[in-house]
Amino acid sequence: MTTAVRVGMSTCGLAAGAQAVYDALTAGGDGLVVGRTGCLGACHREPLVEVADGTETMLYGPVSVEQVPALLAHVRGVADGALPEVVSRRPDRSDYPYLGRQVKVTTQLCGVIDPYSLDDYLAHGGYEALRQALATPPGEVIEAITASRLRGRGGAGFPTGVKWGISRDQDVGPKFIICNADEGDPGAFMDRTMIEGDPHRVLEGMLIAAHAIGASKGYIYIRAEYPLAVERLATAIGQAREYGTAGDDVLGSGMSFDFVIKEGAGAFVCGEETALMRSIEGYRGMPTMRPPYPSEQGLWGHPTNINNVETYASVPSIVLEGPDWFAGMGTDNSGGTKAFALAGAIENSGLVEIPIGMTLREMIYDIGGGCRDGRAFKAVQLGGPSGGCIPAELLDTRIDYEDLKETGAIMGSGGMIVADETTCMVDIARYFLAFTQDESCGKCVPCRVGTRKMLNVLTAATEGRAAQSDLDRLRSLCDTVHRTSLCGLGQTAPNPVLTTMRYFEDEYEAHVADKECPAGVCGMGGGS
Amino acid sequence: MTAITIDGREFVFDDGATVMEVALANGIDVPRLCYHPELTPSGGCRLCVVEVEGRPNPVPACGLACEEGLVVATSTEALTAMRRDILDLFVSEHPLACETCDANGACDLQSLADRFGITETTFDTEVPRALLQDDNAFFVRDHQYCILCGKCVRVCTEVVGRNAIDYAGRGFESHIATPFDGIMVDSSCVFCSSCVQVCPTAALLPKPRLEVGRSWAVTPKRTVCGYCGVGCSVEYLVDGEGAIVDAQGFPEAPVNGEFLCVKGRSGWDFVSSPERLDRPLIRRDLAHELGLSDEPWEMPDTSPLQARKPDYFVPVDWDTALDVVADRLAGTVRAHGPDTVAGLASARCTNEENYVFQKFLRAGLGTNNVDHCARLCHASTVTGLGTAFGSGAMTNSIRGIRDADCILITGSNTSEAHPVISYEVVRAVNGGASLVVIDPRRIPITDHATLFLQPRPGADIYVFLAMMHVIIREGWADAAFIEERTEGYDELAGGVAEYTPEVAALASGVPAELIEQAAHLYAKGRRREMFGDGNGSTPQRGRSSILYAMGITQRSNGTELVLALADLAMLCGQIGKPSTGVNPLRGQANVQGACDLGGLPNVLPGYQKVEDPERREAMAAAWGCGPLPDRPGLTIVEMMRAAEAGDVKAMYVMGENPMLSDPNLAHVEASLRSLDFLVCQDVFLSETAQLAHVVLPAAASLEKDGTFTNTERRVQMLYPVVAPPGQARPDWEITQDLARRVDERLGRGDTGLWGLGSTAEIMDEIATSTPSYGGMSHERLVGDGLVWPCPTPDHPGTPVLHTETFARGLGKFHAVEARLPAEQPDEEYPLVLSTGRILYHYHTGTMTRRSEGLTWREPRGYAEVNAVDAEAAGIGDGRPVLIRSRRGEIRTQARVSDRVPPGVVFLAFHWKEAPANLLTQDFALDPQAKIPEFKVSAVRISKPPVKRGEADA
Repeated sequence: MTTAVRVGMSTCGLAAGAQAVYDALTAGGDGLVVGRTGCLGACHREPLVEVADGTETMLYGPVSVEQVPALLAHVRGVADGALPEVVSRRPDRSDYPYLGRQVKVTTQLCGVIDPYSLDDYLAHGGYEALRQALATPPGEVIEAITASRLRGRGGAGFPTGVKWGISRDQDVGPKFIICNADEGDPGAFMDRTMIEGDPHRVLEGMLIAAHAIGASKGYIYIRAEYPLAVERLATAIGQAREYGTAGDDVLGSGMSFDFVIKEGAGAFVCGEETALMRSIEGYRGMPTMRPPYPSEQGLWGHPTNINNVETYASVPSIVLEGPDWFAGMGTDNSGGTKAFALAGAIENSGLVEIPIGMTLREMIYDIGGGCRDGRAFKAVQLGGPSGGCIPAELLDTRIDYEDLKETGAIMGSGGMIVADETTCMVDIARYFLAFTQDESCGKCVPCRVGTRKMLNVLTAATEGRAAQSDLDRLRSLCDTVHRTSLCGLGQTAPNPVLTTMRYFEDEYEAHVADKECPAGVCGMGGGS
Repeated sequence: MTAITIDGREFVFDDGATVMEVALANGIDVPRLCYHPELTPSGGCRLCVVEVEGRPNPVPACGLACEEGLVVATSTEALTAMRRDILDLFVSEHPLACETCDANGACDLQSLADRFGITETTFDTEVPRALLQDDNAFFVRDHQYCILCGKCVRVCTEVVGRNAIDYAGRGFESHIATPFDGIMVDSSCVFCSSCVQVCPTAALLPKPRLEVGRSWAVTPKRTVCGYCGVGCSVEYLVDGEGAIVDAQGFPEAPVNGEFLCVKGRSGWDFVSSPERLDRPLIRRDLAHELGLSDEPWEMPDTSPLQARKPDYFVPVDWDTALDVVADRLAGTVRAHGPDTVAGLASARCTNEENYVFQKFLRAGLGTNNVDHCARLCHASTVTGLGTAFGSGAMTNSIRGIRDADCILITGSNTSEAHPVISYEVVRAVNGGASLVVIDPRRIPITDHATLFLQPRPGADIYVFLAMMHVIIREGWADAAFIEERTEGYDELAGGVAEYTPEVAALASGVPAELIEQAAHLYAKGRRREMFGDGNGSTPQRGRSSILYAMGITQRSNGTELVLALADLAMLCGQIGKPSTGVNPLRGQANVQGACDLGGLPNVLPGYQKVEDPERREAMAAAWGCGPLPDRPGLTIVEMMRAAEAGDVKAMYVMGENPMLSDPNLAHVEASLRSLDFLVCQDVFLSETAQLAHVVLPAAASLEKDGTFTNTERRVQMLYPVVAPPGQARPDWEITQDLARRVDERLGRGDTGLWGLGSTAEIMDEIATSTPSYGGMSHERLVGDGLVWPCPTPDHPGTPVLHTETFARGLGKFHAVEARLPAEQPDEEYPLVLSTGRILYHYHTGTMTRRSEGLTWREPRGYAEVNAVDAEAAGIGDGRPVLIRSRRGEIRTQARVSDRVPPGVVFLAFHWKEAPANLLTQDFALDPQAKIPEFKVSAVRISKPPVKRGEADA
């Protein structure tokens, strides 16, 4: 049998030099089938190269161009030079602890199939769920989604089946489906990885949703900063049209549905659903008041179901494996798995998919391998600028919507940034707030001006200019901004501040009372 | 009954009402900065947050829909604290330096800060937008005062439909900007100042008010705008000296709500022009003849179109002037008979004045030779709709347009000629209505069109006939309506049989498919596709409304075109219901009233035919005069011909300017010069007045009371805002004074006909003699006015005509044939000239060209030329162009533009230095309406020879 070689060629792989490795393998590998695949999730080991010769399935990484000749020689049975480090020897990678604790549902084919190949997707059961769903009455599909306890993976966690049901119940046509792929949290790359690795799964999820609620058009709102994802998505949509899973009469079911890719223009706030819809409508992306909710009056005033990439990617498996299987993986109030972009001061960074209910400790130590360079763990930030910091003493918190909320953080869309002892928590709050302030759309005062005033206090604190009264003012301002902002961006902007103040009050005290930064990060007045 | 509780009190609410609306309607003053009742709620200022029982966080009242049982608190300690915090944040960006601010006393932020006891911010003051943009003649944008409420953005998008401004930048750098932070003139701004109107602070300030217009230094005075026929109400701000400082809208205005167009808002300054006529004038040759001047003088033959500062007149007192006029008019009647005298009434004068004017011509001088410029605009509407429906006016209301499902606009440059009606269209389209535009030019409203059909000039009739062909073929006609309400259907069906979409496509250049789509949208009242049909899945017929203007009427087959539109509406049952109908948009402030009150040669007030002895006798009885003349008089163009032939010897022109507005001006000038006597009564020495023997100074509409009837037949009160200059007097006074003197000279003594002491008395007489105005009096007209027909004092008026039966009983279909314009392009004159208006000027420019702002925006004439024709003639954008027709030649500037298709040149008729009507023809009149074909003349364009000292680019 021929030896099949596959190179991980998503953005993380390419950034690590996968293109050169791929080119070298193709050039030197007479008789070799060199293929591409997406990200396996082990971004810290990229570029990854898998070599399968029928007897064993070796995963190497990181692989450098210089190591390619040795690898090629080894494939031909010749030993010539040092081989790259081996990541795994088994096809199921059960010998790789990073992957061992994970449960892959939405990312099950990322790093497995060629994202440019519809045949590859079909060979792995692709569009089978759609076939089954189309043969099922829409009401039953929605019941199954509800029973699976799937909740919105964008972070707010609204029950997906309930949302679909509301759109379904509207008797105004046409209806729309939107896939929110405007992933903007700093350090988050779940959507990108899923679309780059397995674009058809997202389309399939949207198609099932369209069948369930009776929609005729689907918009995928994706950041323009993800050119590779856009390209792979566009390719997949073209293939779907040709294959018959998009366009008129999808798979002979009589349903008409087509996709439109709408690239964002770089505004973080367009990840907020009402702003996203304004942007699709051709206006400046600015949030509008809810209600009306999109399910009732969304795009151009029509019922619109909006979910994020991961939510749609969960759907085909629920249809195929059944709601009980999915619900069985999670907690009492939330089924299934959740993907996280594990980043920051962590040993093993990458895309991690775990069953809901796993503790933060398992996540960070068993999968993430703890902090880099043996430094001490300090906190983990979930949910990006809308989320909060969780300190070491709460590491046994379960990863679940409700449990996380109790800590002051949120589940979020999957950003998980680890901070170690060298991180200043005042500074990190300042960083997130500066981000929110920059991205405020300018429409409502608490967000536009309130976050600015909050930022001013934090900046003053990191420069040794803040007084205790400023901190009191900061606290009350957090409350006003949280309670009166128009959209989620402003309402959640205080979270990083509130959680750091709650768990790291001593650091704030040190900055304000002693004009000192315990972590040694803040310049405290620029050295004066 | 459904009710909500606000602050412990129960209120019932209408479906779809918000808590804000219910609160405000019941006197609960919820704090707010970004809310405006006419705009989509934004929820940005966060001040209107209220507490709702059962909800954890406060909710903005502006976006909170009323639901049965909702319990709301608008004012609690917690809310007050929160609002103080929010105001504190506002004030940190916008320090309360109110003493030095032009909006002092008229600023919402100032009054809210005051209400909540905020005097300064407790935060650090940071003013992020410290930019003053002073880039236009109408308003300044002072960003330091901007609180980003976004009302300006919403009004520009949702009402005006221009999208000239939006938020730009993010975070603390957010600001309101035109595209790429440019200047206003480079944007799509139309300078209507609606943004200024809604601005709560001093961020947008009208230039006229800077420094002088503080709220306490001006007195608001309301009246109706004197420009187009929409009839907007305007609030003028008058200073202590009695001069207008600025103008603005006000929410109670029945037609326009709060919003105005650039002319209404900023075009009032002509009133105080030093060029206003303030004393009666007698031409120097006549003055010499009468011994009023020693100097002999001869009238030069320089055309008024070329004359610079003519010095033809000497001032005299009123008695002298009126005696001369009375002598001449009475003398002409005595010597040559009453029908050798003719008069032009005025679409810019009040109902009362037009009524007195025509009464003078008929009862005082004994002739029906009275007409006015309605002849040149909507004469074909009066004949066409009169024949089809029995009433020649707009069938539906302006406010109803926003609720239409489909709007068909044809031959109306709505956004420029009737801007405030275009706001209604924009609102309808924003709400999901479809818009079909059929016009040879890509006019601005086309930006909002669902379908744009661009027929070759004059070929639109094919499109209308083919639409009806398709509607009948596809079974989209309203059979029940046709059966119950109309007659002549079979004739129509037979008539349109030959006009297939393919035939029409060949003749008009409009693709057959577009004609079919337009027929579908209109017939079924379909909304834009994205929005469904507005009725769920029921394929019910929506409401379709036709708007048209002079592109239809100013044609040699104008009456037939109007009949075709009437046919179309009846065929689909799109008439007699709200938000449907056939709606001619009238061009001047009181053109409807001037027609209603007998300023036409064939009808007495109330469209009572002069040939009808009963009506004549009734009118004579009402007036208390002898028998009235029984032969229809001459129309405008006929008067000019008769004058040239010597059959009309004296003319009395009130507030009209045929020397620019009538076709074939060379002929008009010759005609006016051949008169024995011409008297003009006007506010300026117009081109026509320059040829007069006597000129009488009149008060402008802003200087007098009376009524105007707008295009939707709404009769509204005018109130004096400023005093007339010098000795100028209201027209009704002048005409009565003159009539008394004529009576004397004709040996009648005091007939008592001309003793009406006020406009209110005149209106009372109108009510007795004019059935459709029978229930009106000035007392009843206060406020929203009344929409005629209003026959009795207890009648509420009739906003929608023909609801139960047509005015003539059954609606009558007319099978018309497609006829092309009289003058077709040929080898010598290969292009078609179309004429019309532009946004910034009005009619012959006597008023707008004396307005500083309007003139700043469009200082001089230009012709729109397509790039293809411009290139063929070697003419560049902004370069001079000669336009020649068989009647004459003009020189103007070319504006190379795709608004006109190849083969078409467009020229507005405002410009005396480039008068479009030197080129238009007066030989082809509509046989019934006698309207000239302004819209189509054959011309050629060329590059003018280079003058000495003029560089050629």
